[in-house]
Amino acid sequence: MKRKTKLEVKGVNKIFTSHTGQEVHALKDINLVVKEKEFAVIVGPSGCGKSTLLNIVGGLEKATSGTIEVDANKVFEPGADRGMVFQGYSLFPWLTVKENVEFGLKIKGFSAAGREKISTKYIDIVGLNGFEKSLPKTLSGGMKQRVAIARTLANEPSLLLMDEPFGALDAQTRVVMQELLVSISQKTQTTVLFITHDIDEALLLGNKIYVMSRRPGCITEVIDVEFEGTRGHNVLVLPEFMEMKKKIMDMLWQDSTDAANGK
Amino acid sequence: MKGKKAENIKIVKKLSYTSLSIISFFVIILAWCGLTYGGILDKIFLPTPSSVIMATVNMVNDGTLASNIWSSTYRVLVGWALSAILALPIGMLMACSKTFNAIIQPVIEFVRYLPVVALVPLTLLYLGIGEGQKYTIIFLGTFFQLVLMVADTVSSVDKNLLNAARTLGASPYQRYKLVLFPASLPGLMDSFRVTMGWAWTYLVVAEMVAANSGLGYVILKSQRFLATDKIFSGLILIGLIGLFTDLIFRAITKIVVPWHERLGD
Repeated sequence: MKRKTKLEVKGVNKIFTSHTGQEVHALKDINLVVKEKEFAVIVGPSGCGKSTLLNIVGGLEKATSGTIEVDANKVFEPGADRGMVFQGYSLFPWLTVKENVEFGLKIKGFSAAGREKISTKYIDIVGLNGFEKSLPKTLSGGMKQRVAIARTLANEPSLLLMDEPFGALDAQTRVVMQELLVSISQKTQTTVLFITHDIDEALLLGNKIYVMSRRPGCITEVIDVEFEGTRGHNVLVLPEFMEMKKKIMDMLWQDSTDAANGK
Repeated sequence: MKGKKAENIKIVKKLSYTSLSIISFFVIILAWCGLTYGGILDKIFLPTPSSVIMATVNMVNDGTLASNIWSSTYRVLVGWALSAILALPIGMLMACSKTFNAIIQPVIEFVRYLPVVALVPLTLLYLGIGEGQKYTIIFLGTFFQLVLMVADTVSSVDKNLLNAARTLGASPYQRYKLVLFPASLPGLMDSFRVTMGWAWTYLVVAEMVAANSGLGYVILKSQRFLATDKIFSGLILIGLIGLFTDLIFRAITKIVVPWHERLGD
């Protein structure tokens, strides 16, 4: 099945210059392609630059060189076509759940009735029925993240960017949210680019895994996860998954030993 | 029921807070009575509570209390309102534009340290002896601090909220109106409340010259006659009215920003 290319990252480099003049090469020659409806995951150690890469794709930061193309159009600024979900939720605390979810729609000029129709749909998808009038300060971490996801999806972006969205949640909630995300992405058929340092999470969610090295971050491996059917946490013990996990772990382990040895 | 228990704990906490405040207030009054009725301090230094009450009652009887209170309150409110109306846009602009900030901040920081009392002769020279001069004194005492507080509050808004708005498609104007301003409101309300308190402390300076009404005027006139009971009466009234405006501000803040979480909640 030939799928269209949704996102293409071409030759992206990012060099940070500190005020003392020191140069930090955060990203080196990043090339990746995400096809429509694909769930791509970038997995790598902390500090390898994956958040920086996601921010560049989302337009919150500028690449030193290279381009980002969404639907074959170059993008430079943030936009509603690339929705982002962050680890810190970033809900607007003065707005209720419903108002948060409708934020992007209000900006676009939807009528109240139009907004209600869409927000009801996505609040239902993330399982927060009954909490429409709640303020964020009354919600748990997992609930806040659901609102953040609903808010981004309600805007119907063509690309969903997620930066370790479940990193701040406890282990149990994380499991629930991962399975929720699997069902949401299947239901809404959104293209997703997901960042994590958790290999299990990468294998559970992604159909394409990019392994990133430590700084200067570059893509060292691309793994296609071919698995038909819905993935629950039981798949992680299957032999093919164990193999992929071992492969990624070895790569990351090698990377950190190289770092320790000053390579 | 978990909800009921939490409610009850909240009520108990509030009662113990209020009763502690009342108790501390009473201790001070008791100390005051002890020092004066017990003959430890001379009447000239510390008037008895009853003489202060008498002085206040006298002012009520000759009709001057209400008009003095109103003159002073009006001056504080107008002077403070002028500060707020100017400080809000200027402070926000300082937070949002590095260029504007570079131009304006050094000037503000400098003027901030000028003692307002020393500026009184200048205000008389430029503005004469009318009410305008009084408003200006209150303004000078509050504006320069308030504008910096506003700038600080606005620039402390969580950048992630602004980033989230950008990724949801908000234009710069929409970000200012729909994110920056509501996110700044708790800090702004706090700044307004605190500076309103400071405005009251400048009342005496404002009524120092060429005033013929007001609580500050009463205090200054009483100083000349060493009528300490009247001085205390004026001071306590200023304190009480100031406290009252503070409570009103707190109530307004709760209504305007019900969503704000504080550490103590």
